[in-house]
Amino acid sequence: MATTDVSQPRARPVRQSLDVLGWLRENLFNSWYNVVITVALLILIYQVVSGLAGWLFTAQGWPAVVANLKVLLAWTYPADQLWRPQLALGVVTLLLGLSAGVWRGIVLALAVGFGVVCLLLALPTFLLAPVPAQVALPAWQMFLAAAALVAVGAFVGNAGGQRLRWPLVIAWVLLYPVVILIIRGFGGPLPIVDTNLWGGLMLTLLLSVSGIVLSFPLGILLALGRRSDLPVIKWFCIAYIELIRGVPLVTVLFMGSLMLPLFLPGGESIDQLVRATVAVTLFSAAYLAENVRGGLQAIPKGQTEAARALGLNVVQTTLLITLPQALRAVIPVLVGQFISLFKDTSLVVIVGLADLLGAAQGVVGQPEWLGTPGGVWRETFLFIAVIYWFFSFTMSRTSRRIEQQLNVGKH
Amino acid sequence: MAVSTPPQRTAIPFYRDTRIIAIILQAVFAVLVIGVLWYLYTNMIEGLRRANLLPTFAFLRTPAGFPIAESVIPYDPSMTYGRAFIVGALNTLRVAVTGIILATVLGIFIGICRLSSNWLLRNTATVYVEIVRNVPLLLQLILWFFLTKAFPRVQESINAGGLIFLHNRGVTLAWPATTASFGAWAPWLWAGLLAGAGFYAVRRYQFVRRDRPGVALPWAALIAGTIALLGFVVTRIASGTWPVTLDLPELQRFNFEGGLTVTASFAALLVGLVVYTAAFISEIVRSGIQAVNKGQREAARALGLTNGQTLRLVIFPQALRIMIPPMTSQYLNLTKNSSLAIAIAFPDLFYVGNTINNQTGQAVPVILMLMASYLSVSLLTSLLMNWYNRRIQLVER
Repeated sequence: MATTDVSQPRARPVRQSLDVLGWLRENLFNSWYNVVITVALLILIYQVVSGLAGWLFTAQGWPAVVANLKVLLAWTYPADQLWRPQLALGVVTLLLGLSAGVWRGIVLALAVGFGVVCLLLALPTFLLAPVPAQVALPAWQMFLAAAALVAVGAFVGNAGGQRLRWPLVIAWVLLYPVVILIIRGFGGPLPIVDTNLWGGLMLTLLLSVSGIVLSFPLGILLALGRRSDLPVIKWFCIAYIELIRGVPLVTVLFMGSLMLPLFLPGGESIDQLVRATVAVTLFSAAYLAENVRGGLQAIPKGQTEAARALGLNVVQTTLLITLPQALRAVIPVLVGQFISLFKDTSLVVIVGLADLLGAAQGVVGQPEWLGTPGGVWRETFLFIAVIYWFFSFTMSRTSRRIEQQLNVGKH
Repeated sequence: MAVSTPPQRTAIPFYRDTRIIAIILQAVFAVLVIGVLWYLYTNMIEGLRRANLLPTFAFLRTPAGFPIAESVIPYDPSMTYGRAFIVGALNTLRVAVTGIILATVLGIFIGICRLSSNWLLRNTATVYVEIVRNVPLLLQLILWFFLTKAFPRVQESINAGGLIFLHNRGVTLAWPATTASFGAWAPWLWAGLLAGAGFYAVRRYQFVRRDRPGVALPWAALIAGTIALLGFVVTRIASGTWPVTLDLPELQRFNFEGGLTVTASFAALLVGLVVYTAAFISEIVRSGIQAVNKGQREAARALGLTNGQTLRLVIFPQALRIMIPPMTSQYLNLTKNSSLAIAIAFPDLFYVGNTINNQTGQAVPVILMLMASYLSVSLLTSLLMNWYNRRIQLVER
């Protein structure tokens, strides 16, 4: 009979389990052009991998990276004071771990991401660690300790439970100024370390975190302003956001570097790092505003209407109903923005700061490596590229995991 | 009958009237913003007056006095700052337009590779995207620049089939060049173009009148191409030389003669921008194609369309609608990112602006001009892409 008998229970489709050869035929050699592509790619990959591996072990520039590990991570920050950035890193990781234990969910995903980054960084810094350690805690031990602190924090936070909630919130609010204070110092037991000594990976991280943290209030205000019914406020916000988004970050940095000192009375000189931070913050705020606006737009109108019907006024509705939901929804996008800011901070090289990229350029230009055939740029830039890559890749994976968690909660 | 008194209209006090509150709020906001801006402006003018650098655009008409390594239009240091600025702007446009075209082609190619049924190809493309996306563009540009600088001297160029030469001053390519008989071929070219356009217009008119879809553009292109090719051969026979030849680079004593030589800076900038942006474009292409409803593909196959037809006539037009807005922002990013040229000494808009500022100290006018230029390029690109977007959007009733 030609028609299917619907009364019979349908047989399950046969699930073919492919053996190795079957898998190869299915995925690599299923048509003549796929055979050509596979073979060509295999040759290409072999060439690239063997060339790269051969170079990695014969390259003569590694001593430059080894000797400058501290320079790449912290630039000219005084070696005897290096425990301070390390302490700051420890505080941050411990706090992150504790919060992960208390809140779980998204915070846990973030903490795991950060711990993985620290673990990943421990490996290359271990391989390249100078034999006599320059500082109390060598870089690889620092990164391992940071990863361990996340884990310990998570256990303690888990055990402590909800009691730790409010102390942690207060700690997070105080964290940014405390970290800056530890690293900069205030005299006495913590001598002031001038900002022109800051640099390397430390500066890259500080700048990108500052960019996100400081631009948060401004970005949210701009997002709310852009959705406001009041035309003057709305158009001001639109003009600001579109102006900043229409020009490259370098022009904003350039403006911060040249015009910021002019705006203040008496021609006071401003710290170059402060100028760059202001520029990065103003720039980041425009992008943050658009991301938050996306979150605000995704909230059903019923939420606002219900809040108003319950008697909440506009300010209460925004602060208690719409904004929390919007911010929760845009967390993955904000992690994405953090990644691009993390990469974009490399542009401060152009206004003369020595972040990770600037430090690498400094190392490449050091006179003692002039004799190395071919220079040391390949090794140095490869090393920092790997650091940048570890951060961005892990964070983008984290943002994807957060996105999945948020979606799970929705259904 | 009791006369009902009209309900007492108690006037809302003005401080509770939302309309009035709104106006007051906006007035306060405007006063605050203008006040702050005014304060900053007066400070700035005061400071600049003390430094004897009051902002003026007069410097634009004075001689620039600095050389620019490459330029689309004639330029030498005796020309004005205004001219130098235009040279920079044109260099930016040159990089941006070339970059956008190449990044689109490469991005679409990699996007399709990521959807291939070949496991190895798919994953190689993924590795490419994940590596390129997660390393800062500036670092990549500097790497490409160092790489071109590490090429051998001109005399020992890396030779790829006599068509491409890599050396530490840049890249020399074989490039089409017109010859004396190009003038004789030009009428053929125009005739082909006109015939193609005419055919296209007539067919479109017929399609619209009969209210049915059809394919006109490939046929029009074929007609134009055939006429041009015919003319090409006829010109060769009539005059004895091809109207356009491939100009092969010849290595002279110190440099290349013929062909097209691009500087190391330009090559590094272009390659860096294209490789970086293509990774993002490939993600847009991949997600755009995957976002098209699976039923569309199945329905197209069920109707008897071949795999290629399904992709070309059903999947791609729908994916395009999803892809255009994010693609626009990638194009804008590429244009803005071209300002990183300053790190590898390519004289683009930002580089020239920076040099002008260093020489004249006129930071304010220079920044205003830079921002205005980038903004107008951004707005122009947005307008173009929005127009295209509207054109291909689904016409809904």
